[in-house]
Amino acid sequence: MSGAAWLVPVLPAASALVIMALGRKMPGGGAEIGILSLVVSFLLAVGVAIEVFGANVGATTAGEGTAFVHTAAFQLAPIGEGAAIDAGIRVDGLTAMMFLLVTFVSLMVHIYSLGYMHGEERFTWYYAVLSLFTAAMLLLSIADNLMLLLIGWELVGVCSFLLIGFWWESKHNSDAAIKAFLTTKSGDVGLMVGVVALFGQFRTFNIADIFAMVDEGVQAGGAPLSEGLLSFALIALILGVVGKSAQFPLHTWLPDAMAGPTPVSALIHAATMVTAGVFLVARLYPLYSATPAAQATLAVIGAITLLAAGLLALVQEDIKKVLAYSTVSQLGYMVAALGFSYTAGIFHLFTHGFFKALLFLGAGSIIHAAHSNNMRDMGGLAKVMPRTFGTFLVGTLALMAVPPLAGFWSKDEILVEAAAAGGYTGSLVLVLGAIGGLITVFYMTRLLYLVFAGEFRGHGHPHESPPSMTVPLLALAVPSALIGLANLPVAAFQPYAFSAWTMHSLEYWQTHPIEFNLPVAAVAVALAAAGFVAGRALYRSQPLDADDPMRKLGPATRVLEERYFLDHLWTDLITRYIVRDTAGPVAVAVNDRFIDRIVYWVGAGTGRFGQRLYDIFDQKGIDGALHAVATGTWWTTARVRLAQSGNVQLYAGAMLAGVVVLAVVFAAG
Amino acid sequence: MTWEESAITLTVLLPLLGAVAVALVPKRNEDYAKTLALLISIGGFALSLAILVGYDWGARGLQYQLNVGWIEAAGINYHVAIDGISLPLFVLSYLLTMLCAIYSFHHIEEPGRPRAFLSLMLLLQTGMAGCFIAFDLVLFFVFWELVLVPMYFMIGIWGGPNRQYAAIKFFLYTLLGSVFMLVAFLAIYFTAPERTFDIVALQQFGAAGEFAAGFQRWAFLGIFLGLAIKVPMWPFHTWLPDAHTEAPTVGSVLLAGILLKMGTYGFVRIALPVLPDAAVEYAPLIGILAVIAIIYGALCCLAQSDLKRLIAFSSVGHMGFVMLGIATLTPIGINAAIFGMVAHGVITGMLFFLSGTIKDRYHTRTIAELGGGMLKTTPRLGFLLGLTAIASLGLPGLAGFWGEILALLAAFNPAPELVEAGWLTLFRVLMVFGAIGTVLTAGYFLWMMQRVLMGEPPQRWVDAKPQDVGSIEWGAWAPLVVLTVALGPLPFLITAVTDADVNAIMTAFGG
Repeated sequence: MSGAAWLVPVLPAASALVIMALGRKMPGGGAEIGILSLVVSFLLAVGVAIEVFGANVGATTAGEGTAFVHTAAFQLAPIGEGAAIDAGIRVDGLTAMMFLLVTFVSLMVHIYSLGYMHGEERFTWYYAVLSLFTAAMLLLSIADNLMLLLIGWELVGVCSFLLIGFWWESKHNSDAAIKAFLTTKSGDVGLMVGVVALFGQFRTFNIADIFAMVDEGVQAGGAPLSEGLLSFALIALILGVVGKSAQFPLHTWLPDAMAGPTPVSALIHAATMVTAGVFLVARLYPLYSATPAAQATLAVIGAITLLAAGLLALVQEDIKKVLAYSTVSQLGYMVAALGFSYTAGIFHLFTHGFFKALLFLGAGSIIHAAHSNNMRDMGGLAKVMPRTFGTFLVGTLALMAVPPLAGFWSKDEILVEAAAAGGYTGSLVLVLGAIGGLITVFYMTRLLYLVFAGEFRGHGHPHESPPSMTVPLLALAVPSALIGLANLPVAAFQPYAFSAWTMHSLEYWQTHPIEFNLPVAAVAVALAAAGFVAGRALYRSQPLDADDPMRKLGPATRVLEERYFLDHLWTDLITRYIVRDTAGPVAVAVNDRFIDRIVYWVGAGTGRFGQRLYDIFDQKGIDGALHAVATGTWWTTARVRLAQSGNVQLYAGAMLAGVVVLAVVFAAG
Repeated sequence: MTWEESAITLTVLLPLLGAVAVALVPKRNEDYAKTLALLISIGGFALSLAILVGYDWGARGLQYQLNVGWIEAAGINYHVAIDGISLPLFVLSYLLTMLCAIYSFHHIEEPGRPRAFLSLMLLLQTGMAGCFIAFDLVLFFVFWELVLVPMYFMIGIWGGPNRQYAAIKFFLYTLLGSVFMLVAFLAIYFTAPERTFDIVALQQFGAAGEFAAGFQRWAFLGIFLGLAIKVPMWPFHTWLPDAHTEAPTVGSVLLAGILLKMGTYGFVRIALPVLPDAAVEYAPLIGILAVIAIIYGALCCLAQSDLKRLIAFSSVGHMGFVMLGIATLTPIGINAAIFGMVAHGVITGMLFFLSGTIKDRYHTRTIAELGGGMLKTTPRLGFLLGLTAIASLGLPGLAGFWGEILALLAAFNPAPELVEAGWLTLFRVLMVFGAIGTVLTAGYFLWMMQRVLMGEPPQRWVDAKPQDVGSIEWGAWAPLVVLTVALGPLPFLITAVTDADVNAIMTAFGG
């Protein structure tokens, strides 16, 4: 099956082209092509997953062999010095996992959008970009070399831009789209520098080749490995991760990205694209695990992010923004986890993808019914939207890490690994992660009460959404509830578990067993319970606006409402004031009033010099040779004078002077 | 004469003869001039394709070579040939001229006069193509100067309100540079162990270290000034925005698409191989100026209010990436530079076409007056502008990406000689700033798209119902759109042509 794995990204890519070319003339507006191609891609992904699973389980049960990897590549272009850009695939556990997650969630979103985007003017365009996004995300997942990965990475970014700005008539939306693109692109400076530096060190983009060289402790040309340069590259890549996976302090674009259609938020800004940074680190995990400085960086960034974003979710009134900050916070968990453990990081990526997609699509269903994003206009929806409520509740419990739902197992694993790692970073992640768990439960309890309990406060009569929307919710609720069991921390089960399926090497799997830590789990559950009790006590009466307890925290509320003032820093101060309104005009002023003036003065001055020569030598008729020179100058000047603008008499004389100077120089030299 | 020997001469001469023929079309039938010019440019493009098809991809070195005496008393030869470095630019020049001929059916700026305009355009074609196949310094210089005259008239007669200032500035500034270059050529001629203008022979002398370091320093400076003004490199770029802002659409397309590349091509073909020691000395300076151009060009773009002037300034930054690639003195850098040249020719050529049509439909190029919502009023035009702008900001998957990323790649590991001279850190810092430049580039293009394409259109455009892209425009643009999209996933279309010869020419720098 892995031989056909290249089809998984190619099918949606082809579908995007077909939709763009023919979609408008098709009865379903092109959606049917997108859905069909994803069904096939999903089935192929299942096939790949089974094949990888079978092979890896063979290795883990036997205790020997290697983790499954299938690679194939052809040269795309030579670039000089024998180096080349390749188009190649690398199918292993990580790829199989991403394939399954991306194709499944994308398929659900494709189906869900039939109802949600029904009647949109640019329906076909929407599906074309959605398919293109899926293809790019799958390309990123299957790439066997960093250049291809970077291409997929940038393409998902542009699709995200196009979809955030889908309703570009409103400046609010296009502002959000630009902010998202530029913020992630700023992070991509790090990605580019990192990829370029890795190429510079190893003279290849191929991930497997780089692993092999690092294993042997060499770099290009057989020289001993420079660990400093490797750390530099890996930390530069982390900047890319911080941008793309919305880590503090570059997370500010993600809540704004909620301006896009809600299914897009589910797919791109919750389940898949934002995990690209996490994926990148996982993909290069053998390098990161050999570089303590880079791992510590990850742990610290992740820990700060998970807490900072969780706090921001407390004061949001827009249901999508609560979920957006929750996503940032959960991404923080993933990044922090990669500071210690490959499996814990990607397992949380996997489970979170399902339940967060479910929550966003549920939110879309709610917004569809209430005609508002604001929780003030909701309330009492549990009664009128039973399916939406039921599935949303499953997603919420999974996010709250209530056992035995998906989020419990994956989040617990992160805390266990952090506890096991110990040290400053381990303790930091453990403590902040545990507190973050409490905060998560608290803000989700708040959300549940404000949206579903009590009476409806909005306008009109909300009703349950059509089956095209509720069926994907049900389909996503199943893995949200159960997928956590895939990595049950029981020794006898582990050879058949998620950790075996996705392992990057057998040795890693053997030396990093997934374990259960009762004290950690007990504390986490107790904190979650505390969060729920507190949330219920404060929000059972559905306090709104000024009555909201989160608005009565004085300066803390202000800091959170101003989002730590980071938007003022990035958008207002740096982007608008410093770059756009100061640096740009200053550059133009330097250009027009200085550089161009010098050109003018040189020209005009020489022109005047020529005129003077003419006046003196020609008028006074001193000698024949100089007379000729002067005549030449006069001729030029006269030509120039024909031009209406008198200020260009200039350059001709400069030319003459230049010839003389150079002739002298060469004669002398 | 075999086809092998005469192919280039025929191809280069055809537009020149065509220029005469077009000029001779009787005035009463002056619209026939358009048809005639189109046929000639199609013929030229077909010939260039025939050269492309007959080109031996596996081989390195010169092909279609012809070397006969011209002014034998002075040792000047008519030496023409083509190799992997010049082939992409050579073909591109014919393609763009043909597309300009098609576009001229749609629109020629005031005062019209198609015979004169198209005749000049064909004359320009000969000059541009000639630069890429000349292997004799004097021949190169003749073609180089030949380009100036028609472009001067194009800007000066068919240009915008401030055309005469722009035309003279363009002409004299470039001429000033080329005088320095000519003096350097003469100096090389007299200093070479065997007096010759032959570029191949001079390259061999250069590789063999026949030119003293002190001499190289001065000669390189002369050539550098000539080429740097043409590219244009910062801070010699101020003629460019004026020339572009005033030039007619066809003039802008060819100016950006081909003329600028004559400068960068000159570095690759002449300056580096003939004067390798000086190249190593100047490379850090060139690299610094290139990165300044990238950042500075982008900042200037942020402050532009005129769409066409914005595109013109964007060229400063893009040519900065090309020069950064060249400054690394590595095969990857030169491949990047050639890729960047072609991609910039395709993308920026397209952007100038688009800005011409926007001016035609909306009667303004001022971003504020366009007022947004172009995706509503003229959706196809808006889509093409969006696509091309995204390509121009270097998005992977489209043509603009490879030139930038490969230049950065090369800058991280510049030529061994530069590393030995202690410039490794400098180039790595330049690489980081170049990468930062890509963010600024994205910034001004996205902001432009927001202000021009997105939002609700002003009522006056809704009422005016400007016509969307017409069939002539589709004809002129389709090849550029195809190339913009195709060069992204298929980069070998350029690098497979250039790689062998680039590797060969750059061995002098320890690569």
